[in-house]
Amino acid sequence: MSLTLPRTDASPQHAGTLTKPRAIDGPVGGAYRVAGEGRVNRDRPMLFTFDGRVISALEGDTVASALLASGIHLLGRSFKYHRPRGILTAGSEEPNALIGTDRGPGRREPNTRATVQEVFEGLRTTSQNRWPSLRFDIGAVNDLASPLIGAGFYYKTFMKPRGFWDKVYEPLIRKAAGLGTAPDAIDPDIYTSRYAHADVLVVGAGAAGIAAALAAGRAGASVMLVDEQTEIGGGLLSDPDAVIDGQPAWNWLAAAAAELDGMANVTVLPRATAIAYNHQNMVAVAERLTDHLAEPPAGMPRERLWRVRAKQVVLAQGALEKPMVFAGNDRPGVMLASAAHTYLKRYGVLVGKQIIVASAHDSAWATAAALAEAGAYVRIAEARADVPGPVRQRAVDAGVEFDFSMVATGTAGRDRVYAAQLQLLRDGEPRGGDWFPCDTVLMAGGWTPSVHLFSHTKGKLRWDSKRQAFLPGECTEACVAAGAGAGVWGLDGALKTGSEAGASVASAAGYEAEPAKVKVQSNCFGDVGSIAEAAPGSYASAKAFVDYQNDVTAKDVRQAVQEGMRSIEHVKRYTTSGMATDQGKSSNINALLIAAEALGKSPPEVGLTTFRPPYTPTTFGLFANHHRGATFDPERRTSIDAWAADNGAVFEPVSQWRRARYFPRSGENMDAAVLRECATTREACGVFDASTLGKIEVTGPDAAEFLNRIYTNPLAKLPVGKCRYALLLGEDGYIRDDGIIGRLSETRFHVTTTTGGAARVLAMMEDYRQTEFTDLKVWLTSSTEQWATVAINGPKARKVLAPLVDGLDIAHEAFAHMSIAECAVAGVPARLMRASFTGECGFEVNVPARHGRAVWEAIWASAEPHGGCVYGTETMHVLRAEKGFIIVGQDTDGTVTPDDAGLAWALGKKKPDFVGKRGLMRPDLTASGRKQLVGLMTEDPTLRLPEGAQIVRGPLQPPPMPMIGHVTSSYRSAALGRTFAMALIEDGRSLIGSKVELPTLDGERQSAEVVKPMFYDAENARLVGEPA
Amino acid sequence: MLLIYCPYCEEERPEAEFTYAGQAHIVRPGNPSDMSDDEFAAFLFMRDNAKGVHAERWRHTHGCGRFFNVLRDTVTDKILMTYKAGEPRPALSTEAAQ
Ligand SMILES: [Zn+2]
Repeated sequence: MSLTLPRTDASPQHAGTLTKPRAIDGPVGGAYRVAGEGRVNRDRPMLFTFDGRVISALEGDTVASALLASGIHLLGRSFKYHRPRGILTAGSEEPNALIGTDRGPGRREPNTRATVQEVFEGLRTTSQNRWPSLRFDIGAVNDLASPLIGAGFYYKTFMKPRGFWDKVYEPLIRKAAGLGTAPDAIDPDIYTSRYAHADVLVVGAGAAGIAAALAAGRAGASVMLVDEQTEIGGGLLSDPDAVIDGQPAWNWLAAAAAELDGMANVTVLPRATAIAYNHQNMVAVAERLTDHLAEPPAGMPRERLWRVRAKQVVLAQGALEKPMVFAGNDRPGVMLASAAHTYLKRYGVLVGKQIIVASAHDSAWATAAALAEAGAYVRIAEARADVPGPVRQRAVDAGVEFDFSMVATGTAGRDRVYAAQLQLLRDGEPRGGDWFPCDTVLMAGGWTPSVHLFSHTKGKLRWDSKRQAFLPGECTEACVAAGAGAGVWGLDGALKTGSEAGASVASAAGYEAEPAKVKVQSNCFGDVGSIAEAAPGSYASAKAFVDYQNDVTAKDVRQAVQEGMRSIEHVKRYTTSGMATDQGKSSNINALLIAAEALGKSPPEVGLTTFRPPYTPTTFGLFANHHRGATFDPERRTSIDAWAADNGAVFEPVSQWRRARYFPRSGENMDAAVLRECATTREACGVFDASTLGKIEVTGPDAAEFLNRIYTNPLAKLPVGKCRYALLLGEDGYIRDDGIIGRLSETRFHVTTTTGGAARVLAMMEDYRQTEFTDLKVWLTSSTEQWATVAINGPKARKVLAPLVDGLDIAHEAFAHMSIAECAVAGVPARLMRASFTGECGFEVNVPARHGRAVWEAIWASAEPHGGCVYGTETMHVLRAEKGFIIVGQDTDGTVTPDDAGLAWALGKKKPDFVGKRGLMRPDLTASGRKQLVGLMTEDPTLRLPEGAQIVRGPLQPPPMPMIGHVTSSYRSAALGRTFAMALIEDGRSLIGSKVELPTLDGERQSAEVVKPMFYDAENARLVGEPA
Repeated sequence: MLLIYCPYCEEERPEAEFTYAGQAHIVRPGNPSDMSDDEFAAFLFMRDNAKGVHAERWRHTHGCGRFFNVLRDTVTDKILMTYKAGEPRPALSTEAAQ
């Protein structure tokens, strides 16, 4: 027989007369339900919807099993080519059957795998990536254009012209390619987490995992057994015909589950996916708590993240069946043989009535027999030349037809397969052949052990050429693999290796353990599997899919190799194979085999791409957990914060703190309020909550010497009762922080830091104290939270404060500027500083935080009759800038030296050493051309420059012009009656008196004069203030 | 998450309690101002980029607050041992590491 082979998806030559499957709305539980099969509950029918259509289901169904029971195979459109896609698998590895689910208001989720989502009454589901409808989809033109958009097309097609990319390609691709649409409401669910410690964690509750948990549990070890499915059993749930220890498999399973349940030292978690295997045997487990419930109890978390720290881990993740790569292997109705087996035996659903099985593995023969026994016509195309007698016999008995050395090379159909081309292998090449009518094509390409978690540990994988699979090799963690996940096929081997693994890890954890002896009388998967030796892509044409979810074909993989990709990691990125949300669970090995063949190398020489956590797609909610909203980054509030809230403050976040920004009076906007607060403070006085300033108590006989080495200023001889403004540098010479240091006694200092710098500065001081200046006796204590700080500034500050002070004369002469003393304020013990961040006469009252609000209120009650005001951070910023005081982090950026900032006076030049002294001598820091802090006055006095605006030398030229600096601070000033700014400009001090230009975003320019960064009271006359 | 043994607390504690603090055994010179530019640049900027065992500092920030030293294999990301600040870097044999 010789036939001309269609090279693409063209119509079959012998399509037969099979009626195309219709949607069936008839019987409860669906028309494809098989009597007497499955674990679904026929007494609990339920209804849900798919694209608005009401579907009948049974308790225990997944969306996939229920749709198949109703004869629905078309579930969605593919990512790139919009090809019709159905259900490939029966598990979490599903690449195709992605749906949207709607579990009630705000609970809409895209890209849920229909094979995992449990059905409940009233669940609403939708197909994805189709418009206007699933059956008629405009985007399917991409399929016709597929020759143009193969491997690497993103890299090649869209490089130029640039404008065309922005306006045409990108919006088109965004619209056409994709999966579901993101939810648009805030997730109403809560997510939570727990830690657990166990002697033994068993991942996967199939036969091997159960046997391991039993062996370890019986020995007395504390055991956690986790499994992603709704109940434990794994493959056993699809294998009721097996006989274990003389019992039907499901009886054995029920007894095992009951025994595990009865052991106080064993915890079994179903619906719990081990998503990541981290260092030192910490495994992250995502437990789903409510996705299967029609009405979740109020307050119940949707998911729980377990962080399990186990002494020993047993990996019993099982194996996943591989698809076969041939033209049209993605059509709805084409699925894995193991999936069809599961749908029949676990869910009681016959996936089709006229079934072709493309087999390269013994397990497919048992599936074929089971499907035939359930009433389907089944024909096997076996790629191998023969199979063992017992494997063949059951199929023969069930009436299965079969051919050896035969492979599937094509399918036909649109929304459902209706024919498959089968060809004989001669000398390894497919020849002749015919088209066979069918409604289902099953693929059995062999099994791939799930080594994902093992790979997370960076354990070494070894290639097993007989099984055509990578198996766990050398471990880096305390773990053992068992069962199919270790390449041991068959129930007997799973139970044996599982039990042995459980016993060995329990022994390693210090328990006396014995593996159980279990006898398996029969099971459907066969004891030994073997697969065809030919690379799976041998017969592949243009539409032979390797990665279903990302629409990568065998041709794409070969093309990537032709175009020079040598590493499998490059092939992966060039083709996007394995980069979809399923991480190539069903495609990686096929892609590797095809690439290896194209490269003429062996698979282990080409290597496997890296598996990364999470094992399956995981919600953002689970990772975010409680770290959202108010608990994302808990807000720090001062003891005065509540007063500010009561008095109409507008707040802003400053590092972790909530700070009052300004206190608007009725009708005021921010500008008006800030101008008023500034004017009032300079004319009368202003009261400011400065509690967020970092504070560090530095004590000990060598405290002075320590600070002398840490800060730039000479501090060793700072008199008791005096304060000093001090600069902190890094060893590189750049400004890190600043603050005021007050000496309370020979051995005690009150050190302040910036609001955001407190923790950083303390950590830096600790580092030097513990590891460099170990000769010094000094202790450091964070006291930020212990003190509430109220700053009073203005000519009337002394008048306001004096009546409240006991035990201290605060007259100008008695308590000079930059003094510190202990006294009582409003009856509360206080540390009083005379210091000013405004240029006015200023005091900072530090009282124990619990008295903060009372003292604040007492000060405010005293200030109000003097015409004072309260002010916030915005006014504080303006007033300090009018005096040219820097804010570290605003006017400096980590590359600013004291000299750059005009603060060279703060350097203790006579000191032999301080942190940053040597750094300041670096050639780059002493060279000319450094950016220096200067003032800017715009030509237009009403114009406020944007902070961050770039500065150039005029006149304007076409860009790019050399940029010589940028604006760091810019405000309106009540005192000046105009705007002003500070800027860092190259050699800025030499430009004082000259003009610079600031190009604006709209192509215009602004002009400004460079001035000294001192805008108000250059003589510092106002520091004196009025007498009390 | 790593478990790190604090040599001061003498306990294995979760990584979240600790802060990384850079390469270990870089001693700040007694008088940096005497250094040449090249010597100072080497002290300030140059760090090992070891593939394998790396001596580095960690701080038990949310515990005792102490800085200490760690030998960590940068390939496996396994911490091989920890020791107190000021102690010399141990000569690490494979057996000692286990
Ligand atoms: Zn500690």
